[in-house]
Amino acid sequence: MRTSIIRMLVGAALAAGLATGGAQADEPTKVGFIYVGPVGDFGWSHQHDQGRQALEKAFGDKVKTSFVESVQEGADAERVVRQFAAGGYDLVFTTSFGFMNPTLKVAQQFPKVKFEHATGYKRSANVATYAARFYEGRYVIGVIAGLTTKSKVVGYVASFPIPEVVSGINAFARGLHSVNPEAQVKVIWVNSWYDPGKEREAAETLIAQGADVLSQHTDSPAPVQVAEEKGIFAFGQASDMSRFGPHAQLTAIVDNWNEYYIDRVKAVMDGTWKAEDTWGGLAAGMVHLAPYNAALPADVVEKAEAVRKAIVDGSLHPFAGPLKNQAGQEIVPAGQVLADDKILSMDWYIEGVQGQLPK
Amino acid sequence: MDVETLGAIGGAMSRAATPLALAAVGELVTEKAGVLNLGVEGMMLAGAVAAFAVTVATGNPLLGILAAMAAGMLLALLFGVLTLSLMANQVATGLALTIFGIGLSAFVGRDFVGTPLTALAPIHLPVLSDIPLIGPLIFGQDPLVYVTFVLVGGVSWFLMRSRAGLIVRAVGENHDAAHALGYDVIAIRYRAVLFGGAMGGLAGAYLSLVYTPMWVENMTAGRGWIALALVVFATWKPWRVLVGAYLFGGVTIVQLHIQGMGGAIPSQLLSMLPYLATIGVLVLISRDALRIRLNAPACIGKVFHPES
Repeated sequence: MRTSIIRMLVGAALAAGLATGGAQADEPTKVGFIYVGPVGDFGWSHQHDQGRQALEKAFGDKVKTSFVESVQEGADAERVVRQFAAGGYDLVFTTSFGFMNPTLKVAQQFPKVKFEHATGYKRSANVATYAARFYEGRYVIGVIAGLTTKSKVVGYVASFPIPEVVSGINAFARGLHSVNPEAQVKVIWVNSWYDPGKEREAAETLIAQGADVLSQHTDSPAPVQVAEEKGIFAFGQASDMSRFGPHAQLTAIVDNWNEYYIDRVKAVMDGTWKAEDTWGGLAAGMVHLAPYNAALPADVVEKAEAVRKAIVDGSLHPFAGPLKNQAGQEIVPAGQVLADDKILSMDWYIEGVQGQLPK
Repeated sequence: MDVETLGAIGGAMSRAATPLALAAVGELVTEKAGVLNLGVEGMMLAGAVAAFAVTVATGNPLLGILAAMAAGMLLALLFGVLTLSLMANQVATGLALTIFGIGLSAFVGRDFVGTPLTALAPIHLPVLSDIPLIGPLIFGQDPLVYVTFVLVGGVSWFLMRSRAGLIVRAVGENHDAAHALGYDVIAIRYRAVLFGGAMGGLAGAYLSLVYTPMWVENMTAGRGWIALALVVFATWKPWRVLVGAYLFGGVTIVQLHIQGMGGAIPSQLLSMLPYLATIGVLVLISRDALRIRLNAPACIGKVFHPES
């Protein structure tokens, strides 16, 4: 809703920009960002905006950035992408899975503008994709959850059944079962990226059903806050949420886009930008873990660090075979790992995850 | 389903229902006076951010709640000036008020994002709160849950049993006749709109102080629109609004429990259930078309020209 006002302003600003003539050699590189949530969500969009601010810091007046927040995935997104493309922007980051098709459609009409779409799998001559291997971090927190849970029930507040979320649940379950084979993962879908009230309700439900460790793939700190109130443990998501659960948050999966955004803008400036796919994880620093809770026993921290290092050096893959689906069919034989494109399109639960995956 | 689970569902249900019921009962009074204010979501957000900011600054949640009601009323006053005094279109103004509320609350609240706050503790009545099932549902809630019941009862009594309430309804049914009888239509509508604003603000305070004690942008996530729908489906009857809110909250929580137990129903369908169930039940209990027509304020949304 609010974006429409911003959009009008953006539109007016763009019109003014166009009126003063086209790009000149010494003009700053213009970079646009489209967020699915508000920058004040303290989660996903917040971290992307940290990246935008890192650009401003790194390049000063050589770059000009602007953003539109809380953009609905769908037709609305296409309008905003088009506005940036038509407004003389050199590079546009569209930072949610649901912006995929609008981005590709607009990119076709504006071949000179470069686009980067986060967490998607479709590319074209001027659309690059980028994502972080969140599942690597989720495997590590799964290990921590397995060593922490006493009730052997671990709750998972999930948003939408898209591959990124599903692979996260699967990796978490694998990490959990690697140290605690009997523990079960209970998943509740709230069908929203961001609704503090609903996320809270889901977290309370999971606790009522016996969960004593919570993980989340939604964007508000509500689940961590519930865990703090109820005296159980949780993992933050996207940013360090320890402020909302100083005792509850064991660690958090922190997204870090800063270096990536700086690299890509530099590439645009140098003329070396290519429409490629970037998918970095713990090793690349696109995913890192917030400081461990001081209350975690030393042996748990040690184990978590060992697992993290093994993922970084490649000796451990969260989806290494033998890997079976819920029905017990072997998907990856021993000695092999699940291919990247299979992870990017994951729409099935691995063995040991409870419940049915909504299609 | 054991008793403890049922108790957990009951407690969660009343917490989910309370903000909806508060905002809806405020809007009900506004609409009974013949004014349609679609800005509920905006007023709730203004209330949520004001409650949070004042509580953080003063450490006193009661002041926070008062600030929330004042913030809601301020937005409602703006709406009143535009629609009642300047005779702007109510639907367009209400929509604009929501947009304005979202933007304003985000702007005011930007320094509070990421600030934690301790929730208002529920009242714990020894013995009574410990009764299984009934205890947590009836005696173990936070004060605002009880306040909501009192408010709904008060509004019901006011509209149906008091002379002033009769006048409010008269203004909503036929403003020209009420004007001819010598009632100050505009002044009465201002009061009704302000009451709606205060309730919207209070609903927002419940979200940012009790339900999820934090400020994040747009945290109402559409609850203002649900409150608006409840008023219509409850055919402008206060107790039915409360039933509808509890039904909506209850089905929301139950579907989460079904998911957690691994029920084989697609989660997307389960997420629709609260809406479907609430509409279904309220339509059933209000299926008498004639009575609905009698209940809907005849002058709702119409501009009043005192000179015509």
